[in-house]
Amino acid sequence: MNQATRSIILHSVVVALLVAMFFILPEYHSGNLARILVLAVFAMGYNVLFGYTGLLSLGHALFFASGMYGLGLSIQFLHVSPVLALCIGLVTAVVVSVVIGFLALRTTGVAFMIVTLMFAQAGYLTVLLFGEYTRGDEGFVIQRAERIMAGLDLTQPMPRYFVALALFAICLFLIAWLVHSRFGKTLVAIRENEERARMLGYDIQRHKLIAVIISGTLSGAAGAAYALLFGYAGASFAAVQYSILPLLYVLLGGAGTTIGPLIGTVFMFYLIDISSEFTNAYLLVAGVVLILLTVFAPQGLAGLVRKRFAWLP
Amino acid sequence: MDFGPHLFIASLEGAITAAVLALTAVGLSIVFGIMRVVNVAHGEFYMLGAVLAWWVTSLIAGHPALGFTVALIVAPLLVGALAVVCDQLVLRRINYDPERTIVATIGLLYVIQQFTLMTFGPEARPVEAPFNKRIALPWFEFGDSGFTLIWPWGMSTTTYKLAVIVAAIVILLILYLVMTRTKTGLIMRATQLDQEMAQAHGIAVNKVYALVFGLGAALAALGAVLVVPVQQAHYLMGGDPLLLSFIVVIIGGLGSVPGTVVAAVLIGMSDGIISVFFTPTLAKILATVLVAFVLIFKPDGLFGKRRE
Repeated sequence: MNQATRSIILHSVVVALLVAMFFILPEYHSGNLARILVLAVFAMGYNVLFGYTGLLSLGHALFFASGMYGLGLSIQFLHVSPVLALCIGLVTAVVVSVVIGFLALRTTGVAFMIVTLMFAQAGYLTVLLFGEYTRGDEGFVIQRAERIMAGLDLTQPMPRYFVALALFAICLFLIAWLVHSRFGKTLVAIRENEERARMLGYDIQRHKLIAVIISGTLSGAAGAAYALLFGYAGASFAAVQYSILPLLYVLLGGAGTTIGPLIGTVFMFYLIDISSEFTNAYLLVAGVVLILLTVFAPQGLAGLVRKRFAWLP
Repeated sequence: MDFGPHLFIASLEGAITAAVLALTAVGLSIVFGIMRVVNVAHGEFYMLGAVLAWWVTSLIAGHPALGFTVALIVAPLLVGALAVVCDQLVLRRINYDPERTIVATIGLLYVIQQFTLMTFGPEARPVEAPFNKRIALPWFEFGDSGFTLIWPWGMSTTTYKLAVIVAAIVILLILYLVMTRTKTGLIMRATQLDQEMAQAHGIAVNKVYALVFGLGAALAALGAVLVVPVQQAHYLMGGDPLLLSFIVVIIGGLGSVPGTVVAAVLIGMSDGIISVFFTPTLAKILATVLVAFVLIFKPDGLFGKRRE
């Protein structure tokens, strides 16, 4: 079996398992899983930049929020259809990632981290500044009547789950294809040794910019889907915490692996979910996991598995 | 009221922000300058300083000045010790790798902040100032009758607020003397210039790093103890000082103590003044965007001589 076939089989099995999960799991957990799938798309978007290109961004909440508010505000004030609103959300994310990519890629390393952090902070504050429309931290609810897409009532668990899964599956296969393509391999080359990739004649800046755009757009798609599926948009999704979460998911699951983000999101989601039953200081868990991961397992869970099975995409 | 008096009061408030900011930012700056790492948990060390000050003063009965003086010594020492432990347990293990340090200190940020939430609780708690006499401010005016001095005039400040400014200046002077005139300072500067060469000359670089990390955290805590009688201790109070210190360190230039102080005065004053005349949110947006652009267009001059 060659690599491409293996990759298709593996990812199809993952998607098939997720389909089965909806019928196996009790309603509470399948509801959680819908959320996890959307957040996993966010993490997968983040992974394109961090895991495959080696650029650590601390500002992905900005992309998530641009998708979310692109969709949310256009539904709220222009009353457009969900499909059109989804497109507006995506376009917003593309525009924001082009601008941020163009500016932030002039820096590298620590400066890149700080610049993305600062832009995301400015974005968060902008959401607060226009509190008249965005309703700031409180956020706004997207009404049920506005959330019926192509005859599917997204307030119902089943359509909601399968729309989330469809988005996840599309992104999963897209990324699986991407990382086996010439372009994806070049990104890995840049991650491993930027100088050598440059010497070989690759246009580093162009590749990085495209990576930022792909990453930002996927994150924006996740943000838009989150607002549409769960009917809420608020400033907390633009805050620093939502820039840290995808990093946490990817680090935990395994950077630079296709299914790592999903694994990381599942683990982290339930870790926080379970610990918040005991204490309101549930973010303590996030902190401890971050420290333990950086010190002991920088390659993440899927990275540990890959040590045994080197063919894992 | 006229524009002039408004500006005067705004600058006075700005000066207090600037004084505390200078201490906090210098702490961040020496850590960045000497260890070449960005400590994202710096704001939490600041917060811990304030919380510990509340704790110490609530333990000690008697005149508020007594408790406050003890807090002024104990809080920075405890915070510094904690930072040394963090350095030894976490940062040393990841070899001070710049990117991994940021991720690990984000983890530290959450651990410290959430631990405080669990123990100290979500309330904001006040600390009584050691002395707090209101003094009326004079004001000058050029009117029809020539130059006149109005005193007492409608506005006042407190002796404590002025003392904060003086204390910050004294602490920074002591720090400057330690860095330039003592052997410890010499060792720290040598490590900053060339870590490997310093090691070759028998300097225990690991110990210097631990000391510097502790000192940086202690300076943040000291700033917080000074400001806590004016503000209140709260578990989320570390966010703003962190952001402002970042801005100051980047504008002021890598690890340079004088540059950081100048930038702290600049940013602190303008933050105070802009916040009075415009919305604080707009002031922060402008400041964060400014920092991003400084990093993008002037990375060498402002973010360091280190090339990766």
